[in-house]
Amino acid sequence: MSVAVTIESVQKSFSNFAALRGVSLDVQPGELVALLGPSGSGKTTLLRLIAGLEQADDGRVLFDETDTRRLSLRERRIGFVFQHYALFRHMDVASNIAFGLKARPRSERPSASEISRRVSELLELVQLGGLERRFPTQLSGGQRQRVALARALAIEPRVLLLDEPFGALDAKVRKDLRGWLRDLHRRTGHTTLFVTHDQEEALELADRVAILNDGRLEQVGSPDDVYDHPATPFVCEFLGEANKLPVEVVGGQAFFGNRPVLGGLQQNQGGAASLYVRPQHMRIVDDTPLALPGVVEDLRRNGPLRRAEVAVEGLIRRIDVDLASQVAPAIGERVRLRITHGSLFAAA
Amino acid sequence: MAGPSISFTSRRGDCVAVTASSWRQPSILPGFGLSLAITISALSLIVLIPLAALFLKAASAGPADIWAIITSARTQAALRLSFGAALFSAILNAIFGLIIAWVLVRYRFPGRRLLDAAVDLPFALPTAVAGIALASIYAPNGWIGALLAPYNIKVAYTPLGVMVALVFIGLPFVVRTVQPVLEEADADIEEAAALLGASRLRTIFRVILPGIVPALLTGFVLAFARAVGEYGSVIFIAGNVPMFSEIAPLLIVIRLEQFDYAGASVVATIMLIVSFALILAINGIQSWSRGRLGHV
Repeated sequence: MSVAVTIESVQKSFSNFAALRGVSLDVQPGELVALLGPSGSGKTTLLRLIAGLEQADDGRVLFDETDTRRLSLRERRIGFVFQHYALFRHMDVASNIAFGLKARPRSERPSASEISRRVSELLELVQLGGLERRFPTQLSGGQRQRVALARALAIEPRVLLLDEPFGALDAKVRKDLRGWLRDLHRRTGHTTLFVTHDQEEALELADRVAILNDGRLEQVGSPDDVYDHPATPFVCEFLGEANKLPVEVVGGQAFFGNRPVLGGLQQNQGGAASLYVRPQHMRIVDDTPLALPGVVEDLRRNGPLRRAEVAVEGLIRRIDVDLASQVAPAIGERVRLRITHGSLFAAA
Repeated sequence: MAGPSISFTSRRGDCVAVTASSWRQPSILPGFGLSLAITISALSLIVLIPLAALFLKAASAGPADIWAIITSARTQAALRLSFGAALFSAILNAIFGLIIAWVLVRYRFPGRRLLDAAVDLPFALPTAVAGIALASIYAPNGWIGALLAPYNIKVAYTPLGVMVALVFIGLPFVVRTVQPVLEEADADIEEAAALLGASRLRTIFRVILPGIVPALLTGFVLAFARAVGEYGSVIFIAGNVPMFSEIAPLLIVIRLEQFDYAGASVVATIMLIVSFALILAINGIQSWSRGRLGHV
């Protein structure tokens, strides 16, 4: 049912703007992959290209072994969910969901009773049973999104593509739908690609995350992989907050100024580099040989954690530190920061 | 904090529900009384009082005379032509106006803005100028008239000419009402239909057109209403032969020139009543479809 999607060095330009500059990506059957990137990174273009709504200038997209260029939109059997749902406003929920089945050529079209059975089945699946006769304008955003998903699933898609599926919803509904979509994917097992600019959403939902920037793929990997071992400074900064320290690497140790701040480095690199450290990978410690001294300048509440802003001599920006313990330093206190985990990139 | 704020919301909801039965909804917008007063006085001074005077004048003719005027062959022929041609031209305008709006919204081509501006010309042009221009090119010796003459098709000075003039003056209404709705209709609705396997024809007739029907109806009503009352452009191309190509507005003017004020006002009143009934009916269809779609 579900197919593997193979994207082979795809390129796409719009007049003077290169949206995709050679992107290759393999998606396994039944996999849930997030295309993550800032706006203008080409993620939506890539999704539309897989759907067949755009044509690649170069490169190709395969469904299993089939080159999709030879398939019509109908033959591709894509379930596509648009950011703004794209529901047919003049049709009720049942007609919206049945649209794909009724649009089939007469010989393949299920009978009317079969169609209505399938519609109620799908409505149950998306937990909207009993809303058949409602019109889209009478539904909430989250409900519309689920109708759009049911409509896409009705044609028994080989690939499910979601464009910013939760982009237009408020934070609470987004969170609910995320868990629900994850669950639905586990049950239905469609090969699924979804576009998002929300790194939290991508990390939480996807089996693998593909991070795009400026038309190029920066990194593909599991959420743990990309978060803890970013391949590029861009990935590191895009996936979450990070403090950036200019360091000098000498003999397996990173030096900030003349002070060693991180040791035991495996990299064979030497010379100038940038050390990226997430706020939760910093700890306030008593004196240790590898530590960064600074002064606490501000304390803030950051969700469940507390956040200290520490000024370090020689840095313009303050260092953000998440405080895990209940004991917080006072503003103005001198502290030492220990880096527990960091990502090192050779200075450009 | 959350508890009290929820109960406050529900109390406010009750309050709205109770007063909904009275005709004035509570609103934070001030000036309801004042703006309604201005609306009613403006409407009265400009529309309602003159029309009431028209009714009074018509009534002064006396029942027998009124009946005679209504049933006279010339009146009936003029009314039939006016409403028939207006209806037909509004239908034509709906079809071609829709196509023009589609082209202007959907395609990018050199001269598009020029074409877009040209759509409004029938609004701006003095109608007499339009009538003279149309009459001269559709006359048997005019550019287009000469092409049609060999096939024995006469446009100018026939009911067909009346229709041409009415199509001309009504065109912008349909284009301008449909255009914004088409612009607003996202391309992703069509893409969704195509990805669900719909053919192009199915997409147009099941997905795109139903969405713009309310706007199309509005444009149709406006074009129709304008066409029924049109005078200036028509009289130049119609030829104005009684019982053949004489429109009702012209008949009214002829009666006035004969100082038959009652006769003029009776014809005018009939036009008023028929127009109002037709427009009310179409508006009814519209609000029904608006209720279903919840928009437009």
